[in-house]
Amino acid sequence: MSETQDTQAPDMASSSTTEYLSFRIDENEYSVEIMSVREIRGWTRTTSLPHAPPFVRGVINLRGTVLPVVDLAVRLGLEASEPQDRNVIIVVDVGSRVMGLRVDAVSDILSFSDDQLQPPPDLTSKSRFVRALTILDDRMVRVLDLEAVLPSNEEIAA
Amino acid sequence: MSDPMQEIMASFFVECEELHESLVDALQSMADGEGDVETINVAFRAVHSIKGGAGAFGLDALVDFSHQFETVMDACRSGTLAVDDRLNELFLRCSDMLSDLIRCSRDGEAIDEATAEGLIAELATFAPQEEEAPAEEIEFQPMTLSLDDLGAPGDAPDLPPLDLPPLEDLGIAPPDEDTAPAAGGIKVVFAPDRELYESGNEPLFLIKALADLGDCRTSVALDAPTDADGLSTLGGRLTWTIEIDTEAQPSAVHEIFEFVDGLCKLQVEVLEGTTEAAAPLPDLAPPADTPAPAPAPVAEAPKPAPAPAAAPAAAPAPAKPANGEKAAKAATSAKASPTVRVDLERIERLVNLVGELVINQAMLSQSIAEENIPPNSPVTNGLDEFMQLTRNIQESVMMIRAQPVKSLFQRMSRIVRESSAAVGKSVKLVTDGETTEIDKTAIERLADPLTHMIRNAVDHGLEDAATRVERGKSEQGEIRLKAYHKSGRVLIEVSDDGGGINREKVKAKAIQNGLIPEDVTLTDTEIDQLLFLPGFSTANEVSNLSGRGVGMDVVKTQITSLGGRVTIESTPGVGTTFAISLPLTLAVLDGMVVTVASETLVIPLNAIVETLTLAVDDLKPVAAGQSVLCVRDQFVPVFDLGVELGYRDVAPVQEGTIALLLSPEEGVLVALLVDTIEDQRQVVIKGMQESYGRVPGVAAATILGDGQIALILDANDLVQNATGEDLVIKQKKVS
Repeated sequence: MSETQDTQAPDMASSSTTEYLSFRIDENEYSVEIMSVREIRGWTRTTSLPHAPPFVRGVINLRGTVLPVVDLAVRLGLEASEPQDRNVIIVVDVGSRVMGLRVDAVSDILSFSDDQLQPPPDLTSKSRFVRALTILDDRMVRVLDLEAVLPSNEEIAA
Repeated sequence: MSDPMQEIMASFFVECEELHESLVDALQSMADGEGDVETINVAFRAVHSIKGGAGAFGLDALVDFSHQFETVMDACRSGTLAVDDRLNELFLRCSDMLSDLIRCSRDGEAIDEATAEGLIAELATFAPQEEEAPAEEIEFQPMTLSLDDLGAPGDAPDLPPLDLPPLEDLGIAPPDEDTAPAAGGIKVVFAPDRELYESGNEPLFLIKALADLGDCRTSVALDAPTDADGLSTLGGRLTWTIEIDTEAQPSAVHEIFEFVDGLCKLQVEVLEGTTEAAAPLPDLAPPADTPAPAPAPVAEAPKPAPAPAAAPAAAPAPAKPANGEKAAKAATSAKASPTVRVDLERIERLVNLVGELVINQAMLSQSIAEENIPPNSPVTNGLDEFMQLTRNIQESVMMIRAQPVKSLFQRMSRIVRESSAAVGKSVKLVTDGETTEIDKTAIERLADPLTHMIRNAVDHGLEDAATRVERGKSEQGEIRLKAYHKSGRVLIEVSDDGGGINREKVKAKAIQNGLIPEDVTLTDTEIDQLLFLPGFSTANEVSNLSGRGVGMDVVKTQITSLGGRVTIESTPGVGTTFAISLPLTLAVLDGMVVTVASETLVIPLNAIVETLTLAVDDLKPVAAGQSVLCVRDQFVPVFDLGVELGYRDVAPVQEGTIALLLSPEEGVLVALLVDTIEDQRQVVIKGMQESYGRVPGVAAATILGDGQIALILDANDLVQNATGEDLVIKQKKVS
């Protein structure tokens, strides 16, 4: 982690940088702005919701409140897998809503400046969840658009 | 400075709401012909207090309006103006306007000046034309001024202190106090000197102490400001004239003023009879012997340089006597049981904590059960007591949140007035069970749906006057609002004595809108349910009131989100009743914990009529995937909960499956199949609406003893979506 930040150090001075929490789904690396992350929890069994869209895993008890959990793999159209104990739930805070995102594992905290980010080239319906792309140590990191990832009211009602 | 001010403002507005409530109450009982002398006094006092507060905060629109309102009411109070129906009606409209003004002032919204002006003009036609009204206006001015002056001591250094004459010259010498019992009362002229203020004395307390002697009529005069060098800002400018109806000796007055002896100018006179002819005091230079309450000469008397006539605006004017108002007010407040105003947030926190306590207790029970501790051991007995206590605490906490529906009903009476005026129908609102208590949140969230239902009832429910007469009903329509408790729920009914639901028309409309197929046969209840479909409106013309596309479906959604349900009962020609049934509390319910397809679910206990364990051949299939159960010669439709929730596919029923008999409506039974019954316990309701959204068939969620979340089912929603409405909804989706 320190290595990563060191490589970014020269850019930091030139423009403002933002920190991102990166995590893996399968072998792909995604990230979300760290400011929207509230906490990271180990996997607990979810209570399924009837008639919920498939990417909504269910709800968990987060210290007395009901927290809906979105399975990011399903949401992004990747291959769905059965949850494993080493999976984690990233609790994110978007606007007034708090939701959990189920991911395979959290990997790193990255920081890059806005000008390192590139918009995704092709906007297909599934890539609308990806806000930007960047290259870091020969890896591609995808920055997620959390607003789009969380289920909209229409999707819940459907 | 701004913060404490805002706090004071906030509490003023809270008070305004309470005052307005008592105003509406009083006006309503006047309109119902139940009012007595005290009723108008209550109304007057409410408006007067609002005006007073508004004046202090400089809310001019509110002051102007309440002033005019109060003037007319005062005329009624003193008997110069007879209260008739027309006036009552005007009062009610004014009270509505007053509530609008209060709201606008509070939220900083634009004020509907045109309406306010209109009402003020209307009030003015009733207002007495004697000088009483202007006198009152002036009464206000000096008050405001004096407050400003006292509140700005920083100004003091700018002005040289007043050259005060020695006290001896002013006739402070006590009158022959030990003789002459004060049969008619005592008149006190009290003019504090600057030193009185400087030494931290508060004239208010002195005047209050006087009020303890008897009913006081108080007026205050502000000395006219002269040129700057003859004037003190800190005191010496206010002169109170207080007439007390008392049996007390003048010595009692002197006792009160003992502490400020030498710091003020004080005159005590014994009044004879009720007239205001003052017994002239020996030492007083110009005796205040004019029959009218005339503080003016008294005020000027101690001043060596009389104010020039150029300042008439601030000239002391006789204040309107406050006819025992204070005493009456004290009596009112003494009658009310002592209450504490608590921030809702604190109660919320307490409710949440109690919720956690219940969950914790459930966890404890679970772990004790797992330890296989024999029943009747000290631990289990202790746990039982603990459960009992928890339940008591919970009920008490819930009672804190409960409030009578009265405020809600009052708002509705306004809706009835406005909507009946809008459609030109004469409508009477009859309320019943105003003291029924219900959760505060529910009261707030019921306002919208109830408003809608009332408007509907006025607009669509009641016939116009001509039709009513034709049908042999009284010309005035009646809308009845009733609240009562019934088997652990609160019922609120909105009924009208109108024409009832025109089912032919409803059905035709539904077919026309493509909501149902043409050839479908529906029962009356099913037709009534069509009203709750989105986009349904039978109003031929879109009226001002209803028919704007926001329909009964919204009402239903809002009530469902409160854990309630709506039912319709309608008899052609006789009327329609909408009944809203709500849970008593929105935070806890008694539930049955069941499992289905290895998911744990909670079903509200009050929905369950009976539980049965099935044998394989108890179920009789009638169609693919649809079976019935025969219970005491009644065929009951059967639904597999797992299938309804999408947890599993249709599967043959196993031996030992459990059927819960539910009764979504009076006389209707359905059976819901579950795998096992785990427990029966209190669960804390955790809303899902905010964090996720509405899930069909699910009312809320709860946390079980093992920390897992379990869904609380909305059995009626579940069954209705499976049966009655299903037909309609599926058809709608096809079209």
